[in-house]
Amino acid sequence: MVDKDQYRVPHEPFYRQQGNEVALYEAAYRNKLPVMVKGPTGCGKSRFIEYMAWKLGKPLITVACNEDMTASDLVGRYLLDANGTRWLDGPLTTAARIGAICYLDEIVEARQDTTVVIHPLTDHRRTLPLDKKGELIAAHPDFQLVISYNPGYQNLMKDLKQSTKQRFTGFAFDYPAAELETAILAKETGLDEARSAKLVKIGHTARNLKGHGLDEGISTRLLVYAATLIKDGIHPHDACRMALVQPITDDADIRATLEHAIDVSFA
Amino acid sequence: MSVRTAEQLTAYRVKLDTRFAEVDGVFAACMAEAMSSLSTRGIDAYLDAARILGKLGRGAAPMLIFLEEWPSVAAIVGEDSLPEVMQQVSKLQRSPNSRAIAPLLQNLAAVARRLPSAEQLNDFLILVQDLTARTTGSIHGHHTTFPSPGLPEFLAQAPRLLNQLSLAGVKNWVDYGIRNYQHHPERQAEYFSLQSADSRAVMQRERHGTLFVDVERQLDLYLRGLWNDTEQLVPYSTAFDELRKPIPYYDKLGIRVPDVQEDAGSIKAIDRYRATLAHIVGHRRFSLPQIADNWSPFQRMAVEFFEDCRIETLLMREYPGLRRIFLGLHPKPIENACDPANTSCLRHRLAMLSRALLDPEHGYTDADLLVFTQRFHAMMAAGESSTREIAGLALSYVTKTRRPSDQLARVHFDNTVIDYRDDNRQLWQFIEPGDEEEAFDEKRKIEPDINITGLLPRHYPEWDYHSQSFRPDWVSVFEALHPSGNAADIDKLLQKNAGTAKQLKRILDLLKPQDKVRIRYQEEGSELDLDVAIRSLIDFKGGAQPDPRINMSHRTAGRDIAVSLVLDLSESLNEKVAGSEQTILQRSQEAVSLLAWAIDQLGDPLAIAGFSSNTRFDVRYQHIKGFGEVWGDEVKARLAAMQAGYSTRMGAAMRHAGHYLGKRKADKKLMLILTDGQPADIDVADPRALIEDARQAVNELDTDGIFTYCISLDAKADEYVSDIFGRHYTVIDRIESLPQKLPALFLSLTR
Repeated sequence: MVDKDQYRVPHEPFYRQQGNEVALYEAAYRNKLPVMVKGPTGCGKSRFIEYMAWKLGKPLITVACNEDMTASDLVGRYLLDANGTRWLDGPLTTAARIGAICYLDEIVEARQDTTVVIHPLTDHRRTLPLDKKGELIAAHPDFQLVISYNPGYQNLMKDLKQSTKQRFTGFAFDYPAAELETAILAKETGLDEARSAKLVKIGHTARNLKGHGLDEGISTRLLVYAATLIKDGIHPHDACRMALVQPITDDADIRATLEHAIDVSFA
Repeated sequence: MSVRTAEQLTAYRVKLDTRFAEVDGVFAACMAEAMSSLSTRGIDAYLDAARILGKLGRGAAPMLIFLEEWPSVAAIVGEDSLPEVMQQVSKLQRSPNSRAIAPLLQNLAAVARRLPSAEQLNDFLILVQDLTARTTGSIHGHHTTFPSPGLPEFLAQAPRLLNQLSLAGVKNWVDYGIRNYQHHPERQAEYFSLQSADSRAVMQRERHGTLFVDVERQLDLYLRGLWNDTEQLVPYSTAFDELRKPIPYYDKLGIRVPDVQEDAGSIKAIDRYRATLAHIVGHRRFSLPQIADNWSPFQRMAVEFFEDCRIETLLMREYPGLRRIFLGLHPKPIENACDPANTSCLRHRLAMLSRALLDPEHGYTDADLLVFTQRFHAMMAAGESSTREIAGLALSYVTKTRRPSDQLARVHFDNTVIDYRDDNRQLWQFIEPGDEEEAFDEKRKIEPDINITGLLPRHYPEWDYHSQSFRPDWVSVFEALHPSGNAADIDKLLQKNAGTAKQLKRILDLLKPQDKVRIRYQEEGSELDLDVAIRSLIDFKGGAQPDPRINMSHRTAGRDIAVSLVLDLSESLNEKVAGSEQTILQRSQEAVSLLAWAIDQLGDPLAIAGFSSNTRFDVRYQHIKGFGEVWGDEVKARLAAMQAGYSTRMGAAMRHAGHYLGKRKADKKLMLILTDGQPADIDVADPRALIEDARQAVNELDTDGIFTYCISLDAKADEYVSDIFGRHYTVIDRIESLPQKLPALFLSLTR
């Protein structure tokens, strides 16, 4: 049997509620409804799931999806070994067996044929057929499936099928409002409110430029990085340049605009 | 005047040795200035030079101008420059350009103010010599040398040019003029007097400072990013309004900003633009228009100053770093610089107050100013305040500080102009005009409508291969819808080529599903992926865990090609094809119809246009089919009416077609040019010029990700076509085969 405790979230992750999402998630979990969280990168999706797993006291198995991932990578496969073959459960199967929350991060990155294997787990059947092994697993009562995706990536090629989408309840995340984001930065890094607010302002500058040369604005995650650097004694200009400007753009005009925003914010 | 100086003056007058009576009127004043700024030796040289100028045989004018101007020139660059200037004068005197002596001397002082060293002035004189030598010429068959048409004009414009450009910039500007108008006296004079459009455009290009066009995107991003505001930015020219400098403003058509800004001390030019934009954003956010009618101009001015400070305070609350920029640009009037006894000090008072409201370390001691600064800050401490409330404060300030001298005509302007602020036209609402009863009877002025028959011309640059630079806005391209004919004609042509069409259809069907894409790392797939399989086997033999994903499969991806077909419709198309009754035009028509049909079958977006030109002022670009239009009767009708005439200015047409094609969202962009001869136009004598321009256009398109391909019907095309298109061309010698060749060519290009 797999060690359940290795998947538990040991300490309370810091999470600041944006609305009533915690209560809604608890209700979804009580009824074992599959959950989809969507929102731009670095806005707190994964943190939220981690927090909920901790709050509910359930193990959490996270799978980062990528385009080379196949169905076997999720459900498991036979491996060759010296004596022949041996079956190894994939993360999804493990979660279904031990009753964990299985979190498929950035599900759109996986190919569509892969995502179909989760279907039987997400409706009333709550089963997972392992056709190669000839086994039908009935999901543990504590098992819940959560997926995340970033609609910003969405293009014609990368979108979830309707038949997949319609199996989930949804939470739409966005970057928190300015005051809340300031509070998050302050709490997460210990930086004072005044400087946190300035960072948030710079973040908003970049978010306004989305679609005008920027694919994504500055995420809360990057703001946290910048705040951490400032807290560590780095000069705000350098910290912002390093954490906020360089990662998101190579466009000289946008860089100049963001650097100006930094200059006028941290005067 | 003492007896001694009077004697000296007489001696100088004798030394000048001239009988021009006009001299007597100004001599005393000139000598007084000369004696105060020149050494004794300098005065001698001055008088010598003046005497020589008086004896040139060109009347009194050169001497008089020299007498008046030289002392001030010498005061700036030193009196040792005199020999060089006189040398220049004698050169002009000996050439047919003696008419230019007066303008040279006339503008010397103004030039010297911009070039305040002997070396720079010398460089300027060398430039004048160069211009003289290169534009003075003889015409074959005439036994005279003609004076330079541009030289006097240039000398007259020199101060203004140097005001805007560095000496190097002026040199480039002069070079351009000489190169392009050497043999065209009227145009040359127009160019050097800054009257022609390209003369102004080249000057704009050479200006020092930060050009608006270079930072436009950054300013857009600034507005959008920092202020979450979007507005069209419209530059206005600052080069040609000498007396009244335009001020930034905004209205419903956009925000108007200067076309060029220079660094101001520690504040960079881009930050000056940003300050203007921030200020205007402040008005848009926080200001409410006030009814102006009941307030006097002074009251309105005060309200404007207070309101400007209010919004700037609010802006600095949002971005504290703006304070540095605002204060760096805001003048700091010196207290007591204005004497209220004889000058109107209102502007000075308000500028000081404005400074004090923004700058906590203003250091002014005026009691009223301090009181109102405090009241202002108290008002702002409570929140955002409002235009209404701040107007109240401004009015009480005017009442409190009013002086009788405010009405005086002499206004103290020094250090009171805050040039990053707008003219506040949006702050005022005038009720008066139109409110009286008689106004209702007044006839409303109706704007005469402008008769626009086609689209306005688009201007494109043209490549000048001599100087390796662009001639800005050189070519005007007029786009118009091609006239329509009878669509059935095209159907007939297609009928005629039904055999070819059938062949094509077979290829087309093969082409449709194309672009096989391999998907690797599949556990189950259609084929074994050998590379991965071998790697897995090695892992397995080595005792490591083998990767079971050793298969691969395929997927088909769609075509994504946008095609623009540009047809040369010049006169030569009317020639008959050898051994046939058909003209090249008719053959092209057939070929294009067949190609358009084939591309339509494939479903690729296609645009068709024809072009011809009649000098650079009239390049016609005729729209036949747009990307969005279907291959139907309307398009066929236009194709049927195709007509040939005029010349082939290919570069401009390609740039114009490219600007549409560049906007398409397609993986591959293809521009096909169908032409029957080399680029040429009647206003271009040099046969290389337009070839080089077309080559440059191809390079530009290439950087925009557009693939150009030429189909030439000119058997002699090999001489030039590869210069333009590199290897991307086909020459079709047998024009009768064009209808078969063209679609086949397209298919092989996009297969």
